[in-house]
Amino acid sequence: MKLIFEQSHPGHKSQFLPASDVPAAALPEELARKSALDLPELTEGELARHYEALAQQVHGVNKGFYPLGSCTMKYNPRIDEDAAALPGFTGVHPLQSETTSRGCREVLRQAEERLTAVTGMDRMTFQPAAGAHGEYMGLLLIKAYHERRGDKNRTKVIVPDAAHGTNPASAAMCGYQVVSIPSDANGLVDLEKLREAAGPDTAALMLTNPNTVGLFDPNILEITRIVHEAGGLCYYDGANLNAVMGWARPGDMGFDVVHLNLHKTFATPHGGGGPGSGPVGCKAFLAGFLPGSALATGGEAPCQVRAFHGNFLVVVKALAYLDTLGGEGIREAAAQAVLNANYLMHLLRDGGYPMAFDHTCMHEFVITLEKLKHEKDVSALDVAKALLDHGMHPPTMYFPLIVHEALMVEPTETESKESLEAAAESYLEVLAEANENPADMHSRPLHTYVRRLDEVTAARSPIVKYEAPIA
Amino acid sequence: MNIPAELRYTKTHEWIKEENGIVTVGLSDFAQQELGDLVFVNLPQVGDAVTAGEAFADVESVKAVSDVYSPVTGAVCEINEALLDAPESINQDPYGAWFIRVENVTGTVETLSAAEYEAMPKEG
Repeated sequence: MKLIFEQSHPGHKSQFLPASDVPAAALPEELARKSALDLPELTEGELARHYEALAQQVHGVNKGFYPLGSCTMKYNPRIDEDAAALPGFTGVHPLQSETTSRGCREVLRQAEERLTAVTGMDRMTFQPAAGAHGEYMGLLLIKAYHERRGDKNRTKVIVPDAAHGTNPASAAMCGYQVVSIPSDANGLVDLEKLREAAGPDTAALMLTNPNTVGLFDPNILEITRIVHEAGGLCYYDGANLNAVMGWARPGDMGFDVVHLNLHKTFATPHGGGGPGSGPVGCKAFLAGFLPGSALATGGEAPCQVRAFHGNFLVVVKALAYLDTLGGEGIREAAAQAVLNANYLMHLLRDGGYPMAFDHTCMHEFVITLEKLKHEKDVSALDVAKALLDHGMHPPTMYFPLIVHEALMVEPTETESKESLEAAAESYLEVLAEANENPADMHSRPLHTYVRRLDEVTAARSPIVKYEAPIA
Repeated sequence: MNIPAELRYTKTHEWIKEENGIVTVGLSDFAQQELGDLVFVNLPQVGDAVTAGEAFADVESVKAVSDVYSPVTGAVCEINEALLDAPESINQDPYGAWFIRVENVTGTVETLSAAEYEAMPKEG
């Protein structure tokens, strides 16, 4: 397919912009361009065809199976988009008076009420723009808390080695030293290692539960107790809340701070489809450090991370999702996500895919293809690429890092029994091909718009801008 | 798998060469094979302190980012800047593509001879 620049013809034009209704102001001479911009010239029709052709090459959750789960995109009900498109929400200005923005404030109040109920927290802020931003802010709360108490020697944050990479990164951004503790043979927190790591220098533990291998940690109460007894706080990474919402609350597990990814768990587009939202909830004893509350009392605002109320329209979508499903619906969505993951795991395990951990899983499960790699030289990458030929998105590859040749599958609640069975059939066909003709697997996919990418060259020498050929 | 007899090795797959009190550190052939094609390398700076058993550099493949651990405690006296522009040299010539040289060495992790390293059960 030709790039938009390569489709350009001098004189082809589109008229999109109305005439300017403000007087033109000249830029200072030294700032003005000396040459014209080299923009492609296309008619509106040519432009429309270009983007339609691009859209046809894209795989999305509306096109086919896409088992990256809530981490990338679960199905987003259209009614949530309708709510966010209401003019009362899209036309509001953050500096409007309270009396003229009551509806928006009510959305934030209700969203806080629902989400604190789901997480077992007391207060919540919607400022953070996404999950990692929420982690950063949550750690700022913890830091402010320790500092306010004069407890200045807490310099370390404990993170299990199965954690999402954002956890240690956020801790480092906050100036903490990261202490990585190994997982036990079941992929869970090793209590002995945690006891060794926790001490008077522990600021916090960051944990995802269920964890990144899709297992709920049965020792969670003991884990949070160990950290609290050492004087640290417990931070819950809400990335996997999709598995437990309505069933188990981080607040009851002993966590003090939580971030949610509204754009994962509560169905709002992301991953190129729209901004995220990473609200942070906390227990009452930390609420005084939240930005809104500090401003309200005229005190300092130690943890402000963004202007106003963050990505407000994402909160509108999440509230629409919460209210459409209701309390029972939220529980059902989590249960269905777990049931779907287990059903697919059983179909694949019975068909010969080895699981990294032989347990009933939560919302996701992890396959390990180490044996296939060693015996047939077929890697997780080869299998993932071959799945593309079956019209589906491959699962997450090479994560979590503690599992070799990992494929992590998260089908989410919206897949039906039939679509899971169809997916399993494709997975098993690929496995059969890998065993019969292993050498062929390195050339997959065969039927996609773009074949196997040269990832090494793409990473080492990426071409990130169009260079016009020299005439 | 290439394991030169004149070098020593760590359980975390670094190789070590000591000459006149200066320790040179790199990644073993096994490590580069397990990591796959490397696309980025982060190195410390000359003068930085490194601690035995702690990460001093990281390497990025198309799959993941991995830490490289220092076999010794000491001060970095030289870094192989050529690696920054040519991380593929670690894949092509793991024993030529050294990472850092360390002086004032005061401590070390347990190291293995080539024969011991070869016999060690390995997983990536």
